[in-house]
Amino acid sequence: MSNVRIKVSVNGNVVEHAVESRLTAVDFLRHELRLTGTHVGCEHGVCGACTVIVEGKAVRSCLMFAAQLDGKQVVTVEGLSPEDGELSPLQAAFHKHHALQCGFCTPGMLATAHAFLLEESAPTAERVRDVISGNICRCTGYVGIVDAILEASSHYRKPS
Amino acid sequence: MTAHIGMPVPRREDLRLLAGAGRYVDDVHLDGMLHAAVFRSAWPHGRIRSIDIAAAAALPGVVGVFTHSDFMATLKPIRPRIAAMPGFENFLQLPLATEKVRYVGEPIAVVVAISPYIAEDAASLISVEIETLTSILNWEAANDRSVLIHEHAGTNTSTIEVSRGDTDAAFKAAHYTRREHFTVQRHTAVPMETRGLVAVWDAVEERITVFGITKVPFFNRSTLASMLDLPESAVVMSVADAGGGFGVRGEFYPEDFLIPAIARKLDRPVKWIEDRREHFLATNHSREATCDLEIACDRDGVIVGLRGEVTVNIGAYARGTGGTSPTRCAQFLPGPYRIPNFSCRVNAHVSNKTPAGTYRGPGRVEANFFRERLIDMAATDLGIDPADMRRRNFVTAQEMPFNIGRLVTYEGPAQFDSGDFTAAFERALTEIGWTDKRAIQGRSVEGWYQGIGFASFVESSAGGVKEKARIRLAQDGTLDVYVGSASSGQGHETVFAQVCADALQLPLDNIRVTCASTNELEEGFGTFHSRSAVMSGNAVRTTAYAFVDKLRSIVSDYFGRPNVTIEWRGGRFHRSDTDASADLPTLAAFAEDRGETIDVTGTFDYTGAKPFSYGTHAAHVAVDARTGRVKLIDFIAIEDIGRVLNPLVVHGQALGAIVQGLGGAFMEHLRYDEDGQLLTASLADYLVPTAADFPAIRGEFMELALAPGNPLGAKGAGEGGIVAVAAAVSNAVSAALSSFGVQVVNLPMSPPNLWELIRNSQSKISTS
Repeated sequence: MSNVRIKVSVNGNVVEHAVESRLTAVDFLRHELRLTGTHVGCEHGVCGACTVIVEGKAVRSCLMFAAQLDGKQVVTVEGLSPEDGELSPLQAAFHKHHALQCGFCTPGMLATAHAFLLEESAPTAERVRDVISGNICRCTGYVGIVDAILEASSHYRKPS
Repeated sequence: MTAHIGMPVPRREDLRLLAGAGRYVDDVHLDGMLHAAVFRSAWPHGRIRSIDIAAAAALPGVVGVFTHSDFMATLKPIRPRIAAMPGFENFLQLPLATEKVRYVGEPIAVVVAISPYIAEDAASLISVEIETLTSILNWEAANDRSVLIHEHAGTNTSTIEVSRGDTDAAFKAAHYTRREHFTVQRHTAVPMETRGLVAVWDAVEERITVFGITKVPFFNRSTLASMLDLPESAVVMSVADAGGGFGVRGEFYPEDFLIPAIARKLDRPVKWIEDRREHFLATNHSREATCDLEIACDRDGVIVGLRGEVTVNIGAYARGTGGTSPTRCAQFLPGPYRIPNFSCRVNAHVSNKTPAGTYRGPGRVEANFFRERLIDMAATDLGIDPADMRRRNFVTAQEMPFNIGRLVTYEGPAQFDSGDFTAAFERALTEIGWTDKRAIQGRSVEGWYQGIGFASFVESSAGGVKEKARIRLAQDGTLDVYVGSASSGQGHETVFAQVCADALQLPLDNIRVTCASTNELEEGFGTFHSRSAVMSGNAVRTTAYAFVDKLRSIVSDYFGRPNVTIEWRGGRFHRSDTDASADLPTLAAFAEDRGETIDVTGTFDYTGAKPFSYGTHAAHVAVDARTGRVKLIDFIAIEDIGRVLNPLVVHGQALGAIVQGLGGAFMEHLRYDEDGQLLTASLADYLVPTAADFPAIRGEFMELALAPGNPLGAKGAGEGGIVAVAAAVSNAVSAALSSFGVQVVNLPMSPPNLWELIRNSQSKISTS
């Protein structure tokens, strides 16, 4: 299998790796970089568990090759946590609203919500439901997730 | 000290899960680890003529390819865990297909390679020659017996009968009877994390360690030990985070033998992670059931008899929990009603589909749908308000405890322990606004037909007879608590810390809870049948008291054996004669100086009446008769689960269960073609609810009746949110479409299915 050299910024750290051309981005993050916070739920781009932020956009890392990350800025769930070990406002809202049970969809849900709130910081509940409809959660019934994202949204609003 | 039980304590497990620091099985990386891919049958039913693994074995990077011939006589069938029906011993699955394949997805070979990509490449190079046989997909074909899926069994079916009272006499004398045929479609749990395992063989210690374990680690240890011919002490089942279970994850599957067995053969760590397509083919399906159900009433709508025949398609093999759905369906057919005369014939049959097992609310979801629909139909026939009909039949609070008879053959007679079914029912009707909304029942509002429906249920919980817990005093005076039930998202680390904190009057932060791996607790019974809160909760409480007792001799020595009372109060020991006291850090240091550890294991034996949760679900729907689309306007689940240990956690259980139930009622369907090929083996084809589908759901708990049979007063909370969802929404949809003469008797109520039902009803009306 031919290898491709890539240079990627992951959570602010620049890494250079030789990767198999067919290696998916999520397998690269999980098994090469050992950033196992990002999860694999379906490998066909439906469930959203593998969502990470590439160049500011929420993308499904199971549908991307690692080679396509070359030269890109990637943020995973590990990069969404403040360095002091505390929770970000979005994570804290998930905690408060019991927006996770098994936690498997959570990293993808956080990535989708974070990228979304950076662009739209005053959404309606209906808009939040629409945006996260690409991330399947089988535990919570989504109520806590929607409440958490709405509550966290104020932290994304720029002071006017 | 503030009480922790009953408080909405946010979960402690959240902190690592939110940071992406959970520990799921695919996060395990070990030196020298190999990767397995399973080659599965693409044929529903056939005789294996040959298996050619040469090309796969020759692929660079492949370390081994294993078929049944590599195991020969050591291949043992996987034993049932619970609820086996007669003859199930003839339907058991071997971990690898030998002479025949019996479903699409059955393991035929396992490839092990240096990477998962190469393992999958190699699996695609395996070729098998199969002589295809006729597929048996339903009861009619199974019962015909001209084709046998398991020849040595001589049959494709298993039947039992259960009853109470004299049903035939009741029906003979009845004022009114009605009989209907119902079906529930095959669907299943679909947890977001697929199954997976990592097995590590320690050749020096002759010990196998398995990661990826949840639900019933101790049962699976015993099963694996017997299949590998090892003592149980040589098998360590390592429990960590699991991405949802809902009944299907954690049972003993073929891979639970294959991956450890191959790791031992190769003396290398082996990882296997199921992909989503495999998950749909290989992990337990559930729910596929039909029911002929007949009701007998007097003129006032009092139900005098109920009789039926339940038939469940259990798939190709009797899996560990294959008998649960059929037998529990029969037990819960009478529901929360008095119904003095009841009889049921229970059929399970094998088929050339994926084997079936339990999925949240097994048998109950089906039974409640069958019964609650029939009650609505009977109420309409008799001209009685459907709410009044239920009120006349509920077992009342004054009748508790209420004997329901011996309706499952593998258990003794059972009784409802406590409850006020009517009060929960009235609350649900109030919440949904029945009094006001009945005026729009069946009416079209801006083109949407409005319907309100409700359904009541009882739900058994706290399965099994005992559970263990262990409490160890750490050097710094904090406590490690180990419980014998594994978590797949239920919040054990938080809830059992609350129980322990209250029992010992300690701050929550001083207590760490671990769902025990098999090397951390001598015995444990697992997480199923809504049992953990009750069984492990009470086990933690019992063990906490034993822990204090154990400390008494130590604290007496610490005080120099004074002849005074020493009392445990406020999380420390107090002398009665002075102000002196000793806290846990002090005693931990004292014990350590003497070379002692304080490590106590306790057992909770459930000897009292088993707790039955109960409640009512109510739904308001609007149906577009032109398309068959249903909008859920409002949905409320009212449950009484006895003592609520953590309202945040149980509320989450309710909401998640409601949405799963709605998925099963409207969307989810494991469809097969006429040959036995699964048509819905991806999340693009098998639709589960997304955030956009069902925004209007609510769940509330009423602590009307604490469980009298256990000190915490708790009843199971995991399944009451799902068990009456299909029943309530199908009653609502039928009510909405009453002007079309539509009665929903089949699930799912997908738009095409409902549209067809409406169209057929209309053509019936126009031709009559």
